[in-house]
Amino acid sequence: MIEPMPSQDPRKSSAALDEARLRQQAIGVRLRQMFDEVVNEQVPDEFLEILKRADERSSGGN
Amino acid sequence: MAEEAQQTPAAVKPTDDEAFKKELVQLIPHLRAFARTLCGDPAAADDLAQDAMMKAWDARASFQMGTNMKAWTFMILRNQFYSEKRRSWRQSQLDQEAAERTLVAVDDPEAPVALDELRQGLAMLPPEQREALILVGAGGFAYEEAAEICDCAVGTVKSRVSRARRALHAILEEGAYDRDGAAAGDAMRSILADAERLSTVR
Repeated sequence: MIEPMPSQDPRKSSAALDEARLRQQAIGVRLRQMFDEVVNEQVPDEFLEILKRADERSSGGN
Repeated sequence: MAEEAQQTPAAVKPTDDEAFKKELVQLIPHLRAFARTLCGDPAAADDLAQDAMMKAWDARASFQMGTNMKAWTFMILRNQFYSEKRRSWRQSQLDQEAAERTLVAVDDPEAPVALDELRQGLAMLPPEQREALILVGAGGFAYEEAAEICDCAVGTVKSRVSRARRALHAILEEGAYDRDGAAAGDAMRSILADAERLSTVR
């Protein structure tokens, strides 16, 4: 009953272009989300400790 | 006595150091995110981000407050990454093969795979395309800033970003197709659905 989809060529027009644009947008949203996911992670204490030690070294004379 | 105190650099510019440090601390999350996209492995990425943070701190005297510290620190991080990478280029080849294997190995159709697939797709891009796309598409940098960070022409960044977008699109489509005979575009559809949800949240 269900016919195998023939060639989709007739539809490869502006609809396909719109879809491609939409997909690119979707990738962009995902990309930002992936990046922001790490940005929003809590920064490991190690970072601040290392920086604090370096700061103390430079301002503590010597 | 007062004059003597002024002779140590730290005593001359304590407020500058303080301001620098404050701004640097605010950039740590972004440095971690950028490092993660370059390294993949979270532990290696944090090592890289820490090294970059310390290099930036050590070079603070050469930074002009008020200019773009984010771009400056990203440039430091990137240079650090590539100077290490030169020594372990073979390793990155292996990483890429591993990424390709993982792409085929993901077999739970119900898993929220879209983000993982995006990561794996990114891992398969040439490094210069990946970083250009990340900086512009995720890091929020203008083409001009990205060009400065990558030490290349603005036109080069633009073409890298556009090639990366096309390649990523193709990888995501084919990845879904290869997986388990699922219809082509499943991963894309899942990304689209999520993106729609996310964009309504914004």
